[in-house]
Amino acid sequence: MIPENGSATLTTPAAEPREDRSSSDRPSRPIQILSEATIRFAGDSGDGMQLAGTQFTNTSALVGNDIATFPDYPAEIRAPAGTLAGVSGFQIHFSSTDIHTPGDELDALVVMNPAALKTNVKDLKPGGILIVNTDNFTPTDLEKARYARNPLEDGSLNNYRVIRVPIAKLTREAVSEFKLSPKEADRCKNFFALGLVYWLYERPLEPTLKWIHEKFAKNPQYVHANSAALKAGYNYGETLEISHVQYQVPRARLAPGTYRKITGNEATVLGLTAAALLSGRTLVYGSYPITPASPILEGLAEMRRYGVKTFQAEDEIAAVGIAIGASYGGAIGVTGTSGPGICLKSEAINLAVMTELPLVVIDVQRGGPSTGLPTKTEQADLLQALFGRNGDSPVAVVAPRSPADCFDMILEAVRIATQFMCPVFFLSDGYLANGAEPWRIPELARLPRLTITFATQPNSEGWNGPANEAAIDGEGGGAGKFLPYKRDARLVRPWAIPGTPGLEHRIGGLEKQDVTGNISYDPLNHEHMTRVRRQKIENIADTIPDLEVWGDPDADLLMVGWGGTYGAITTAVERLRRRGFKIAQTHFRYLNPMPKNTEAVLKRYRTILVPELNTGQLCWLLRAKYLVPAQPVSKVQGKPFLVSELESAVEKVLGLKSN
Amino acid sequence: MAVTTAPLPTLKPDDFKTDQEVRWCPGCGDYSILAQMKKALASLGIPREKMVFISGIGCSSRFPYYMNTYGFHTIHGRAPTIATGLRLANPDLLVWVVTGDGDGLSIGGNHLIHALRRNVDIKILLFNNEIYGLTKGQYSPSSRLGTLSKTSPGGSFETPVRPLSLALAAEATFVARTIDVDVQHMVHILQRAAHHKGSAFVEIYQNCKIFNDGVFEYATDKSVKADNLLYLEHGKPMLFGKDRNKGIRLNGLKPEVVEVGKDCGLDDILVHDESAEDPTLAYLLSRFVHDTSRDVARPFPEPVGVLRAVRKPTYEELLDARIADAIARKGRGKLEDLFKAEDVWTVE
Repeated sequence: MIPENGSATLTTPAAEPREDRSSSDRPSRPIQILSEATIRFAGDSGDGMQLAGTQFTNTSALVGNDIATFPDYPAEIRAPAGTLAGVSGFQIHFSSTDIHTPGDELDALVVMNPAALKTNVKDLKPGGILIVNTDNFTPTDLEKARYARNPLEDGSLNNYRVIRVPIAKLTREAVSEFKLSPKEADRCKNFFALGLVYWLYERPLEPTLKWIHEKFAKNPQYVHANSAALKAGYNYGETLEISHVQYQVPRARLAPGTYRKITGNEATVLGLTAAALLSGRTLVYGSYPITPASPILEGLAEMRRYGVKTFQAEDEIAAVGIAIGASYGGAIGVTGTSGPGICLKSEAINLAVMTELPLVVIDVQRGGPSTGLPTKTEQADLLQALFGRNGDSPVAVVAPRSPADCFDMILEAVRIATQFMCPVFFLSDGYLANGAEPWRIPELARLPRLTITFATQPNSEGWNGPANEAAIDGEGGGAGKFLPYKRDARLVRPWAIPGTPGLEHRIGGLEKQDVTGNISYDPLNHEHMTRVRRQKIENIADTIPDLEVWGDPDADLLMVGWGGTYGAITTAVERLRRRGFKIAQTHFRYLNPMPKNTEAVLKRYRTILVPELNTGQLCWLLRAKYLVPAQPVSKVQGKPFLVSELESAVEKVLGLKSN
Repeated sequence: MAVTTAPLPTLKPDDFKTDQEVRWCPGCGDYSILAQMKKALASLGIPREKMVFISGIGCSSRFPYYMNTYGFHTIHGRAPTIATGLRLANPDLLVWVVTGDGDGLSIGGNHLIHALRRNVDIKILLFNNEIYGLTKGQYSPSSRLGTLSKTSPGGSFETPVRPLSLALAAEATFVARTIDVDVQHMVHILQRAAHHKGSAFVEIYQNCKIFNDGVFEYATDKSVKADNLLYLEHGKPMLFGKDRNKGIRLNGLKPEVVEVGKDCGLDDILVHDESAEDPTLAYLLSRFVHDTSRDVARPFPEPVGVLRAVRKPTYEELLDARIADAIARKGRGKLEDLFKAEDVWTVE
C-alpha cells in the first residue's frame, strides 16, 4: 500500500494514484526477470541526482537486492548550471546474485539535461534505456553542453531505447496545487524521475515516501509536493507504458542475517563508535573538514551518547594534536582527513611514533598531488603513509577492501594502535567512502574484544640502571621507579596515563634512552631504538591473518590488490576463470606489516599483476621487498577500475581465450 | 579542577624536582620561572599526578623535563592542541602549556588563538624573551623594531606581536603578565592562573642572557622600573611611579598619563576592573608599551598583573552539557542500538 498522502490529487496524465499494487490489479504487461541491472541518474549538480540515487539504493537494499553504488560528483557545489563541469551522477548496480562492483556498463540512464547526456551516454549499453528530460533541451542548454546539433534529433541516439519525457513540465503540473514557487516546484523533478525508474524496475514507493515524510516533516507542502512528484513519475510510466516491458530484479540470496545498507564512511563511523563501546574508553576524533572525509566527522558528532567526542580543529595539525593528546590521556585518539591533510599531519604522526602512543590516522584518499581531484578516488597515498615522514619512521598500515569492510578494518586499526602503542594508518578512499553495499549487522558476541590496560605500578624491579654509559640523567636502578620505555616481550612500552599516582614521567619527541625514556643522544642507543621501533611494528604480524588466496590452485597468474579495488578485481577474476583462464587472486588488507605468508604466496606464481589506482605503488613495494617480477596495472583517472579493464590487462599478458 | 576527597597533599617546592640535569644557560630567566612554579604548585593542594606540563619546542619547552609531574615535550607550536586533547580525555587534570614567543606566537600562533577562543581549561605560559634562543639568536615575532640579530642585520623592521593584545582579541578569559625576576609577583600570578576556570594566558618577561640580554632592563632595573611598570590591582586606581603620584586617566577613548595632585585628583584616575565583561579597557592597557624610540613627554608604563579574569563556560563544560543532553534525550548509547538506527532487512 502506498501511504495516503493527504489531499494530493494528481494532475498528471495518470488519473489516480494507484492505491493497490496487488497482483490482481496489475495490468497485463510483460515482466522480464533480470539477475542484475545497472542504472545511473545524471543531471546538473543542483538536480538532486545524489538524492535520487541514494533513494533508489535504499529501496533496492530493502527489497533484498545485493547492491553496489558509485556516486560521482564535481568538486564545485554548484558549477554553472547546465555545463559539462556541473554534471553529477549516481550509479547503482543491484542484483539477485553476489556482486562486488557498481557495474561497468549501464542498462538504463536517466539524463536531466544535454550536459548529462554528453558526459554519460558513452557508458550506456547498446540497446540500453535512455530516459531524457526533454524540457532541458533548448538551444541554450545545447550550447552549454557544446552540442552543435540536438542529439535527440540527429539520429545519434538510434542505438538506444530513448524515452522522451518532459520531466520539468510534468513535475510542475503534479505539484501545481501546493503553492510552491516555480523554483521549488522544479526541485521536485528528481522525485518524478525516480518514480519513473521505480516503475521501470517494479520497485515499491513506500520507503521513499516514508523518507520524504520524515525529511520534510516541518514543511508539509514539501511532503505533499515531493510525494506527488514521485507518484506522478511512477504513474506516468504505468499509464503511458513508456516501456513495453517492466523489469524485476529478485532479491539476492545473501547469507542469513539482518542487513542494512552502508557506505564506507558510515561503516567507519560505526566501527569507531563500536571501538569506544567495546573498550569502555572515550574515543576522541580530531578532524578538520575535508572532502571526502568530512562525513566521518559529521557522523561521529552524532555519537556523543556512545562515548565519542568530536573536535572540529582549527587545522589539520591541530586535529592530529588533539588525537595524540587524547591518547596520552588514555582515550582512543583518532584523526581523519584526506591526502593533503596527511601532508600537514606528518610531523605530529612522527611524534606519536617517537613517544609510542596509540594513534589512528584515517586517510580517505582522493586524487592528488596537491588539491588534486577532491571528489574523485585514487589509491596514491600508500607510499606516503609508509614513508612520508622524516627519519626511519615505521607505522602500521591497514586498508579496507569494501565499504562494509571499513567497519572491521577500523576496529583492527584501533586494536593495533592500542595494543602496540603506535600510529596506524587506515587507507580508505573516495570510492569506498561514498559507495554503498549491504552490510550484515554483526552479532554482538562475535565482535572483537578491545581490552585496553594501563600501567598502574612502578616497573623498575630487577632493573639495574642503563646498559650504556652515556646516560647522564636519572641513572641507577632499584625498585619503585616507573620506566616508561621498559618493553614487554612484543617490544611494547607501557601506557601510563596522567592521573596515575607514582608513575609521573616525561616523554617527548627527542630520542629516548631505551627503558628510562630519558633524553639520549647516544649513537648506539639511537640505532638500537630505531631498530626496536621497526621490530615492534613487524611484531604486529603475529596478530594478523595470513593472506588468503582464491582461484585456481595451478594458476599461471596471481592478481594482487589492496584496498578499494577488491570488488573489481574479484569480479574480473571470476569472469576470467569462467572463460577458462587459470588465475588466482590475493588481496592485502594489512600493508604494514604484511602478512607472514606474503613471500611464500608471491613466490608461487610466475606472473604477478598488481592493479592499483596509482602508477604502481604496491607493485614497487612488492618488487623491492620480495624481489618478485610483479607488473603494475595502473589507472589514475579518478575513477575505479572497470571489470573489463582488468580483464583486458590479463588478456594482454596471457593471450586471448574464448570459451 | 579536581575535587579530591583525600586529604590535601602537603607538598614542598622540592617535591617537584626531577632527577634531570637542568640545561639552561647560566643566568637564564627560565631558572627563576622554574623555581616560582614549584612554589606556586606546592601551595595548590593538588597531587602531583594530576598535574601535566606540555610544551612545544624551544628553550622554554624543556620545562617539563624539570618538573616531577606528568610531562610531554611535543613538537613546534602544537602544545595547545595536545593539551586540548588531553583535557578531552581527562578533564580532571591541571594542564599547563609552556611556550615561548617563537613557539607560541609564530609557528603555533594559530593554535594559541583557537585554544583561547574555545576557553579550554589549560594554563598557557608564554616565556617572552623576544628572541629565538635555541636556534642561537634570530629575531622573533615579538622582537622590538630595530632588534639586531643574525637574521635581522641592521635591525628588525617587522612590527612585533603584542601577546596580551593578541590574547584579548582571541577572547581569552584570563590574561596576565609577570616578570622573571619579580618572584613574589610571579608566584601570585601563577597561582591565580591555576585557580582560573578556563584558559589562562600569562606572558612572562624572560631575559635571554646570551642573545637578548637586558631587553627588559627598563622593567627590572630598580632605579627605573617604578616609572616604567604599572602594577594592576583589581578595584584599585592605576597609580605608578617612584612616588606613586602618576596615574592613568581616560580622556574619551584615549588613555593618558597624569600627575595626581597636579593634573587631577585621585578620583579621576582609572580604577582597574579585571572582571569587566567587556575587554576594551584591558585591551587599552595591553597597548601600553615602553617606547624609547619617540620623544614622549609622559611615556606609558607597561602593565603587569591580571588584565582580565572573567568566568565563562569552558569548552569541556559545554561539550559535557551537549553529551548529557544527548543522553537525556535518547539514553546512553549501547552496542545493541548502534547498528539498528537505520532501516534494516532480514534474510532468513
